[in-house]
Amino acid sequence: MSAFRTTTGLTSWGRVDRPRQDVATPRWADELAGLVGGERLLAVGLGRSYGDSGLNPDGRVVAMRGLDRVHGFDAATGVVRADAGLSLDDLIRLALPHGWFPAVVPGTKYVTLGGAIANDIHGKNHHREGTFGRHVRRLCLLRTDGSVRELAPGDPLFAATVGGLGLTGVIAWAEIQLSPVSGAWMASEDIAFNRLSEFFDLAEASEAGFDYTVSWIDCTTRNGRGIFSRANPDGSPDRTPHDPPKIALPLDFPSFALNPLTLKAFNTFRFAAKSAMAGKKTVHYETFQFPLDAIGQWNRLYGPKGFYQYQCAIPSAAARDATAELMSQIARSGQGSFLAVLKTFGDVPSPGLLSFPIKGATLALDFQNGGDATLRLLERLDRVVLEAGGRLYPAKDGRISAAMFRASYPNLEEFMKHRDPGLTSAFWRRVAA
Amino acid sequence: MTGHVIVLGATSAMAEATARLYAAEGASLTLVGRQAERLEAIAADLKARGASAVDTAVEDLGQAKAPAKRLSDWAGGRTVDAVLLFYGVLGDQARAESDLDHAAEVLQVDFTSAALWSLAAASLLEGQGRGALVVVGSVAGDRGRQSNYVYGAAKGGLGVLVQGIAHRLALRNSGARAVLVKPGFVDTPMTDRMAKGGPLWATPEAVAKIVRRAAERGGPVQYAPGFWRLIMLVIRVIPSAIFHKRPL
Repeated sequence: MSAFRTTTGLTSWGRVDRPRQDVATPRWADELAGLVGGERLLAVGLGRSYGDSGLNPDGRVVAMRGLDRVHGFDAATGVVRADAGLSLDDLIRLALPHGWFPAVVPGTKYVTLGGAIANDIHGKNHHREGTFGRHVRRLCLLRTDGSVRELAPGDPLFAATVGGLGLTGVIAWAEIQLSPVSGAWMASEDIAFNRLSEFFDLAEASEAGFDYTVSWIDCTTRNGRGIFSRANPDGSPDRTPHDPPKIALPLDFPSFALNPLTLKAFNTFRFAAKSAMAGKKTVHYETFQFPLDAIGQWNRLYGPKGFYQYQCAIPSAAARDATAELMSQIARSGQGSFLAVLKTFGDVPSPGLLSFPIKGATLALDFQNGGDATLRLLERLDRVVLEAGGRLYPAKDGRISAAMFRASYPNLEEFMKHRDPGLTSAFWRRVAA
Repeated sequence: MTGHVIVLGATSAMAEATARLYAAEGASLTLVGRQAERLEAIAADLKARGASAVDTAVEDLGQAKAPAKRLSDWAGGRTVDAVLLFYGVLGDQARAESDLDHAAEVLQVDFTSAALWSLAAASLLEGQGRGALVVVGSVAGDRGRQSNYVYGAAKGGLGVLVQGIAHRLALRNSGARAVLVKPGFVDTPMTDRMAKGGPLWATPEAVAKIVRRAAERGGPVQYAPGFWRLIMLVIRVIPSAIFHKRPL
């Protein structure tokens, strides 16, 4: 029988905080109802949210990873229904041999169905497929008042739950529509760019002809050089799924390993190497979709104090100027990351009240937790984002102010009506309580 | 292509993780356990993960009623590639010292019944001339320690029995094999009352890979993970004069 046990061992991906939480890890669907009730509860998946949206200090947490059973998979229609703790990793392994793939995947496959819905995740094909929530057919929500709600698109509670950060109820299971694929391989093309305007031109020119676009950008330079990648499924019939990661970081890097010098050196080297190898090639989906999964526990790269991730979305009209201003601030600070990612969002509407994507550009990068200096830089970036009419991604955030969140998520009041009062998180208490 | 696999104690975390490996290979499985609803949930999942067919059988394995007949029913005329025995109870050592009924229950479930299922499976596989019996024991069976020696004695006794079966099957060139897999600390509901974490703790998935491989090849006694062989060697050779001063 599953019960709550006190631990400080459950952290978010950024590992800035290590709070005390009472954690239960049920393995059976019949145990879940008994755990959902009372106050100050939160359900979490694989802990890939970076900040504090998946933390509930001095509260109770239901870790859903043991509830990962598939209820049914129809290989003819690509409809799958499964417990919310099923990982996309497992889902891809079981679906791909039958010619199906999740319509939307984030940069890691180590997320659960429940987490993908609660954060209404997006992928490199946002301009085609929109967010994950658009491909959810049904879901089952357990509320802390003991009620069980089966929801479909169109229901107001469904719209609150998609992107609802796990605060409208505990998602017990979900049914999703997968996308047909011929195989595991993609025809990709890497193009080097030397200024931000080239990135935006490439993105615009590629939207019509390519399902997937993304770029890596050197955050140590002001003009914004980088590598633009675009890809389509290549049509070959080989459906070999990915392998588990071969290497993992066994322990934390020392904090001093990451400094303006090493950052500059890494980014300069990476740009040179990637530019030299630019061009067309055939790559496995694992390489294209999930580059970060190649190294297990890569969050240890940022040392024992952890790191913040900053991901913002800027509306089209202001995207070019605001992105340039952000890059300039970051380059000047000497802080920043190995892998800064810049891509454009399309105009496919998001189904959730609190869904993050808006048509425009999104920039994501990591910052080692350097205390006040880091927080001050991020606040400067906040002002640029807010002025441009943009917003931050709660899945990545561990620090924004309530004012910033309220200003940038206009549906917040509507969302409040559907929130389950028994559910909360550190993020929620900071931005909305 | 893997054929049929019978899983005794299919709702254990290690059993389910192992069954998923077989499912991905397209095997057919019979899942045996006490809780019908949970067995059905696993069966649906294994089918989605690639199993060619999954049957469930509700059975109180600790009773070991007519094991030979049951196994033959579950085989259902198919050649059985593997019989995997996972079930067991940890029991409460302190309680077992004063409540002998509790001690008897631990011994009945973990040794007597498991031994009978193992003997029945050995004959089934020997008769087929192929297949593997893989029994999950425990490192607790390697040396009696005050904290869990009733459980340890049952698992230790079961280990000797499986070793004997392995010897029998090998000597007769039967084509069948028997393997005892001894996990160390595994993060499962059975160990939920212990403080977990650290390098000695393995996941059910890691143990499952060892069980799956043990059904194909390797010696009759396999530790899971392998480093426990070394740890238990050390534990066994510590002189009693020192050992008896430690509350292990």
